[in-house]
Amino acid sequence: MAYSDKVVDHYSHPRNVGTLPKEDPNVGTGLVGAPECGDVMRLQMKINPETQVIEEAKFKTFGCGSAIASSSLATEWVKGKTVEEALNIKNTDIVRELSLPPVKIHCSVLAEDAIKAAISDWKTKKGAEKPAETAAGS
Amino acid sequence: MAIKLPIYMDNHATTQVDPRVVEAMLPYFNEKFGNAASRNHSFGWSAEEAVENARAQIARLINASPKEIIFTSGATESNNLAIKGAAEMYREKGNHIITQVIEHKAVLDTCKRLEKYGYEVTYLPVQKDGRIDLDDLRRAITPKTILISIMYANNEIGVIQPVEEIGKIAKEKGVLFHSDAVQAVGKVPVDVQRDNIDMLALTAHKFYGPKGCGALYVRRRNPRVQLSAIIDGGGHERGMRSGTLNVPGIVGFGKAAELAQQEMPEESVRLRGLRDRLKDALFAKLDEIYINGSMVYRLPHNLNVSFAFVEGESLLMGINDVAVSSGSACTSATLEPSYVLKALGVGEDLAHTSIRFGLGRFNTQEEVDYVAGRVIEVVERLRELSPLYEMAKEGIDLSKMNWKAVAEH
Repeated sequence: MAYSDKVVDHYSHPRNVGTLPKEDPNVGTGLVGAPECGDVMRLQMKINPETQVIEEAKFKTFGCGSAIASSSLATEWVKGKTVEEALNIKNTDIVRELSLPPVKIHCSVLAEDAIKAAISDWKTKKGAEKPAETAAGS
Repeated sequence: MAIKLPIYMDNHATTQVDPRVVEAMLPYFNEKFGNAASRNHSFGWSAEEAVENARAQIARLINASPKEIIFTSGATESNNLAIKGAAEMYREKGNHIITQVIEHKAVLDTCKRLEKYGYEVTYLPVQKDGRIDLDDLRRAITPKTILISIMYANNEIGVIQPVEEIGKIAKEKGVLFHSDAVQAVGKVPVDVQRDNIDMLALTAHKFYGPKGCGALYVRRRNPRVQLSAIIDGGGHERGMRSGTLNVPGIVGFGKAAELAQQEMPEESVRLRGLRDRLKDALFAKLDEIYINGSMVYRLPHNLNVSFAFVEGESLLMGINDVAVSSGSACTSATLEPSYVLKALGVGEDLAHTSIRFGLGRFNTQEEVDYVAGRVIEVVERLRELSPLYEMAKEGIDLSKMNWKAVAEH
């Protein structure tokens, strides 16, 4: 089984590895997969509440080379995009970009899930914090 | 000494043919190309002589008599012949076969097929160390049991079964004992008399011989084992396996057996030393790594380690100048992690992180040091990338996480 050059590149030089502060209200965290399945991805995004632009993205992934590459690529792609644009990223875009073989499509699905999970976490946080702001303002 | 890359350390899969073996084989492609079954000219005679010489070399390695060696295309065929051949021959006596869960697929799938034909198969579990419990075996034997098939040593974890005791039990109960010994022959002393083995599968390419050339030992005395052939034809190999013999392959098989017998005492000590050196180097630098299977009852050249929080295929990808294999699902066609490790009670999370190292005759200490260094470097790098490692370091109990909820998030 040979890996595509792009997978090898992301695996060897993963972009945006790291951790953002989970408690930051502007940070959304998506943790998807399971150790028993051999893949766990954590994608974090720092989102500007005014512009809805994803200003920073970080990932850590436990998984095969294709899983690492898919999540590394996802962080590259979401950075600078608005939340709405990021939600339009499809796993098939990742498959195409990385030339993933059929047995690795689940890696791209996981990356798409991670993007969605991170944004949904951020939205939940924002929703939860609104009343608090109101309370502080009154 | 300069190291030549890539380094081959996957000697449970196959081995490099020893140059001395190649040399012995060559004349049998050229001037001595005869068919060993040709009885009426010198081409046939010299081929037959070479085959009989090899048969004796192989028999000596396992303490059998030459007439008890049946040549086949490899151990998969040998296992099929032993199990299907005995099942058919002894059908009148009974229909029950006992094996165990960590056998090679050549045994497991053969047994599964027999189940379709009305045979009953007991798959014994293994203990945490990878060995069967002899009391389980005793309890499993019924008056209808005709065959016990337990491997000598496992191909993934290198764990050696209590073969001598199994042989004793089988003999006591009058049940035939077959052992798939492909990983053990030529590596540790295998003795069909001491171990009361009635049938034993072996193959040349696991001990520095050529591929496509295996054998089945079939006991001729006390008891005399009879098998129904699964390949019919000209009645070669005492009628148990028809087909023109692979003379050059058999010559190489014999030479490999002779070399293995001569070199085993020294080679096994050397490989054990290298294996332990590799293990010690990994344990000195890495935390949260686990040996799979018994370290006591183990082939000297095997090491199987789980590197927690690092998925196996990604590790293989990082050490791409080293040939080893992984129990990770991502490296298998089925997308299931190793059934052998699961049977030992290794969690699926750790099964995904396992690497099998198989040392061999041509590995050097420099290579072992290089491999250890590369593995350590890549494991450390991938752990920096692993959310699980970070969570574990923060004190989160990963086993208590609700991963299903995470997955459905």
